Amino acid sequence: MRLELKDITKQFPGVLANDRISISADRGEVLGLLGENGAGKTTLMNILSGLYRPDSGEILIDGTPRTFNDPADAIDAGIGMVHQHFQLVPVFDVVSSVALGAESVTGPLGTFDRAAARKRVVELSDQYNLHVPPDADIEDLPVGVRQRVEILKALYRKSDILVLDEPSAVLTPAETEELFGIIRGLAANGTTVIFITHKLNEVLEVCDRITVLRRGRVAGTADPKTTTREQLANMMVGRDVELRVVKGPATPGDVVLSLKDIVVRDDRDHIAVKGASLDVRAGEIVAIAGVQGNGQTELVEAIVGLRTVDSGTMTVGGVDITQATPRQVSDLGVAHIPEDRGRDGLINYMTVSENYILDTYHRAPYSKGVRLDLEAIQEGAKEGVRDFDIRTPSIHTLAGSLSGGNQQKVVVAREFSRPVKLVIAAQPTRGLDVGSIEYIHKRIVEQRDAGAAILIVSTELEEVIAVGDRVAVMFGGEIVGILEGEAATFEAVGMLMGGAQ
Amino acid sequence: MKRARRILGPAVVPALAIVTAFIVGSIFILITDFTNLQRLGTDPVGAIGSAAGGIIAAYQAMLAGAFGDPGRIAAAIQGGTPRQIAGAIRPLSETLVAATPLIFTGLAVAIAFRTSVFNIGVEGQFILGAFGSAVGLLVLQGLPAPIPLLGAIIAGVITGAAWGFIPGFLKARTGAHEVITTIMLNYVAVQIVLFGLRSDFLRQEGSSQPISKLLDGIARVPGILAPFGIPGIRLHYGFVLALIMAAVVSWFLFKTTKGFELRAAGFNLTAARYAGMSASGSIILAMTISGGLAALGGSMEVLGTVPQMSNDISSGFGFNAIALALLAGNRPFGIVLAALLFGALRTGGGLMQVQTGIPLDLLFFIQALVIMFVAAPGLVRSIWRLRAPRTPTGTAVDGARA
Repeated sequence: MRLELKDITKQFPGVLANDRISISADRGEVLGLLGENGAGKTTLMNILSGLYRPDSGEILIDGTPRTFNDPADAIDAGIGMVHQHFQLVPVFDVVSSVALGAESVTGPLGTFDRAAARKRVVELSDQYNLHVPPDADIEDLPVGVRQRVEILKALYRKSDILVLDEPSAVLTPAETEELFGIIRGLAANGTTVIFITHKLNEVLEVCDRITVLRRGRVAGTADPKTTTREQLANMMVGRDVELRVVKGPATPGDVVLSLKDIVVRDDRDHIAVKGASLDVRAGEIVAIAGVQGNGQTELVEAIVGLRTVDSGTMTVGGVDITQATPRQVSDLGVAHIPEDRGRDGLINYMTVSENYILDTYHRAPYSKGVRLDLEAIQEGAKEGVRDFDIRTPSIHTLAGSLSGGNQQKVVVAREFSRPVKLVIAAQPTRGLDVGSIEYIHKRIVEQRDAGAAILIVSTELEEVIAVGDRVAVMFGGEIVGILEGEAATFEAVGMLMGGAQ
Repeated sequence: MKRARRILGPAVVPALAIVTAFIVGSIFILITDFTNLQRLGTDPVGAIGSAAGGIIAAYQAMLAGAFGDPGRIAAAIQGGTPRQIAGAIRPLSETLVAATPLIFTGLAVAIAFRTSVFNIGVEGQFILGAFGSAVGLLVLQGLPAPIPLLGAIIAGVITGAAWGFIPGFLKARTGAHEVITTIMLNYVAVQIVLFGLRSDFLRQEGSSQPISKLLDGIARVPGILAPFGIPGIRLHYGFVLALIMAAVVSWFLFKTTKGFELRAAGFNLTAARYAGMSASGSIILAMTISGGLAALGGSMEVLGTVPQMSNDISSGFGFNAIALALLAGNRPFGIVLAALLFGALRTGGGLMQVQTGIPLDLLFFIQALVIMFVAAPGLVRSIWRLRAPRTPTGTAVDGARA
């Protein structure tokens, strides 16, 4: 079916989230909706799914204007949503999760006709190559499969228009490729796909047409065949963006971080890191590449003192930190940008200024004896907000109400607010928009050039290759290879990430 | 303006919850007013009028019972005998006396809540604090003046702090859930007190009741109005100490590094650990301070308000404190206000019952409604048609931004 949104406007207190947005997608077309965080993508999607009502504007399906009072209306109109956070019941099996809310019934008591539901699930799964095990419990399925269950759920409700919100955010590169195959198959079968993302490569790869949103408005429409990443980035941000990381050659100095035969267990007591050894020198960036779940998280937690080490030794600047507490590690001049900033890096219900001093509150100038020096804290936080261009109404704003990019800037500003010898950055740009990614990378390179040793952990191949002076690849808990400079190509690193020797 | 909003903003829902509770309370008075309900058929106007009058009379009596009659107070102070003055201000002073233990226990609950530890054991810590003080006073009796009193207070605080430390330590080291351990330790505390009160050292001679020897002859927290020669007023410096502790707790939570650690751990324990704070240290510290505060309340009760230790020294102060901390949003000065409200309800209810025949239970009913409405802020906002405030997650604005 043909979907058309005409002059959609939605105003929230203080924010014009959608300002006369018009988009359209034909039957069987994959439309990319590209924009930074805050560009209005999610609001537009919520309007399309019946969660919000637009202040003005029309939704046309096959030329007929439709009004959605609630999500049920949107589903009836044939619109299926796959949210970034899955809406599945972990303890249900696939058939029940898919049929939930749209159960076919049988018998005089109207009991759930599981056999019929299962038959359709299997049919749809085969038709669109979804490879979904119908009887498996959701909680046992990997993330990529859960996402396919979500797609199946939409198809089960006879959706002709499928909206995918940041679908690749949770997927490995291989799973993403698989998803793109499915999207192409759906489009070939006549489904209209709206693909919402902020990743440039993805829209270029899978979409037939791209509409770019910026600050609540349509910034332009582009044809992926004739558009470059740079042009898209410019449309998204409104200025030229450096997609490459600008940095001079590394000038490695003394070894700062030294890991020898580190063995670490994960939460389930399985060995997650199997004897990793690595040196990181002052003035260089070592990037650890690897698919999520190959021991990187545990390795980082071990280094910063959050996880006990089974065996092996670790030193920072010659000081043994094998048994050190997080505070002791941090006192040696180690900055840590945690993997999950919302959970580990920030306290959402505390203010920007309180988050800014979260690991320096006990030192001068922020503490005086047992007392906090509130004035010094305000001064410091204001300086951090200024230096790192953190967009916040004030330093008394709760950190949780900032956008992802600005939250990460608070974390980075805090970590770099004290003298730093070693930076441990885990997924420093995950979920951030192009502008913020550029900024965070620039700041990290600055630290390198100032003489700090940097260890970056990332699952994004592109980031690893762009930022790293050396690339170490982790697979199955081991460092399976270290590639220097030119040798670190996409192909070479990708092969090692997949487990090839 | 902004500052005013920051301070008053959090008080909006509790204030409206109180108003709503009193309105619902008056409906309760109406539908249990059977005399007027029976007249409704024959004389509707008169029935409604006298029913409305009944409600006003009830709440008036409650106010007079809680705060006294302003005119009478003014007259008594200007030219009354000490006895007349005492009679006039007694309602107000009794309200403050009733609020005192609630302030201490409310602060105790709040400081634990702020660290995300649910100290349900404030009741036990309060009782043991009182017990420790009683024992301390009897041990130290006969020593020169401030020693018995100060020693008794310190003994009580240490006992209660230790009683708070145990569940804190168990949680930090073994993961034992503090809700379970503190509830169980409440029973243990009561039994310790009963056991102690049976000993010859403590037991009042000739009494079969679990009450101690009279303590008020040994040493006493001084009465605030005693220097003015006004008789029979129980208000003592424990109330002043409670106010001071509210200020201290507020200072500790918001102006010190340790307080910062407790609050950080309370909001997000993982982030606190990542920032290098000791999670177990914060939990133990919060529980110990919480126990100590509760115990100080118990100590003031036994050394200032009542003449002797007994097994029912606390009339549920520790449990009311949980509701109170909720009403106050765990803000120290909010707790003072909430404790005054609860204290006023307690003392005002007596006069209401005597004058209007409406049972005291109405006040517990209102108290429960207040808590219920505070626990359901969305309900209060929709009754009074207020807009939801901005919170870090799930607001409309953030939805637009995400």
